[in-house]
Amino acid sequence: MYVAVKGGERAIEAAHDWLADERRGARDVPELSVAQIREQMALAVNRVMAEGSLYDPDLAALAIKQARGDLIEAIFLIRAYRTTLPRFGASRPVETGAMRCERRISATFKDAPGGQVLGPTFDYTHRLLDFALAAEGEEHVSAPEAPARAGDVPHVAGFLGREGLIQGEPTVDDVPPDLTRQPMDLPANRALRLQALARGDEGFLLGLAYSTQRGYARNHAFVGELRIGAVAVEMEIPELGFAIELGEVVLTECETVNQFTGSKTEPPQFTRGYGLVFGQTERKAIAMALVDRALRWRELGEEDQGAPAQDEEFVLMHCDNIQATGFLEHIKLPHYVDFQSELELVRKLRREAGEGREAAE
Amino acid sequence: MSENQDRAGWMGVLARAQAGELARLVAGLGDLPAHDWLRPPETGTVMVRGRTGATGAPFNLGEMTVTRCALRLADGTVGHGHVTGRDKGHSREAALVDALLQGARADEVRATVLVPLAEAEAARRAARARKAAATKVEFFTMVRGED
Repeated sequence: MYVAVKGGERAIEAAHDWLADERRGARDVPELSVAQIREQMALAVNRVMAEGSLYDPDLAALAIKQARGDLIEAIFLIRAYRTTLPRFGASRPVETGAMRCERRISATFKDAPGGQVLGPTFDYTHRLLDFALAAEGEEHVSAPEAPARAGDVPHVAGFLGREGLIQGEPTVDDVPPDLTRQPMDLPANRALRLQALARGDEGFLLGLAYSTQRGYARNHAFVGELRIGAVAVEMEIPELGFAIELGEVVLTECETVNQFTGSKTEPPQFTRGYGLVFGQTERKAIAMALVDRALRWRELGEEDQGAPAQDEEFVLMHCDNIQATGFLEHIKLPHYVDFQSELELVRKLRREAGEGREAAE
Repeated sequence: MSENQDRAGWMGVLARAQAGELARLVAGLGDLPAHDWLRPPETGTVMVRGRTGATGAPFNLGEMTVTRCALRLADGTVGHGHVTGRDKGHSREAALVDALLQGARADEVRATVLVPLAEAEAARRAARARKAAATKVEFFTMVRGED
């Protein structure tokens, strides 16, 4: 229970002024610009866009600056800002098969057409601190170049699909449910689950995905393909009567290939988990694909092992870090009356217990 | 290419253009015609959709910011600007160029604005594609076992 408490105005104002002062930090250190954050803290910007569920690198960079680098606070700012904007409509589903891949790897096929393209990755770095970066004036390193191949990079799942070795995806064009418009309805279909996972907390999904690898609803995932790059976003414009491109977004897509032994009605074939996330966010995309696959146990006729990652309500109701932080952090706000009544109750019980002891003696 | 496809093509180039680059090129057109707003620039969002497993049922991935406007030139030509982000000037210039490309100045506008934008974009894309290509793994097999 909350009560209106008066008298904190001056303290609150002073706290906010001090916050702004601390945000700036030592004045003999140059101030960070939003453009610097956007360009040089790009992966933090990507995470804020993904979990803020709004693709706008400048806004995400501004939110990170305002939040002093607290990414959940920055995501909160983005979610709040999003609610002030009108929704113009929905895009056509993006064609990730036409992605201009800057990274594309497959852990299942060494010679996948299109090749293994590493892109700007931390993989194979030695994870040793580079003190050269601490020295002022980082030397400009230019990336090497090589002749590029033209044309789309085909999806790895497509090769398995042609032989019927992997489960197909339904080719329907139903209007998907939208959890930003209607409260989440459980049981959810896969489209609703993927929307929730795409904006879910990376750390939470990472932990859940890891739990499936350690045996809590193990589903033997291979990364069939991981690709990162820009895709076109197209939308039908009613006034024009045709679709136009609104621009591009960078996405990370992960398709897992998972074991499946078959059933009475279906021959053995691989199943799939899917992750699609705004920005260069591959840890999140892989985690999303593993959790997506774990949540599909019912439709694939698998056993409910009682594992957290299989529990749709547990996953979907707890993966949103803004809902979670809102409820978690509210308990630090004044609960003076609640606590007062508990305090009186404990005193009363202690008194009664004491009287009982006296009477027994 | 149909008229609509042609127009959708240039609207895409204008939407993907860097706002500063577009403004600089539009300035090269000299005097711009007066226009009335049919819809003054407004910023909102578009829900970006993906498909399950890349090819399956649509799902809502998340929103992106978009700024749109519509204007009419004195001769009645209507131009639309739909661009990524929150830059109202970008959407206004996109709409103006869209209108001009449908009229008597089309060739001039194409040469002054559209072609340089498309070339700059192609150059940016090609540079990134070449960097990606340099990170492509070339496997080689170690000789092993008996011959």
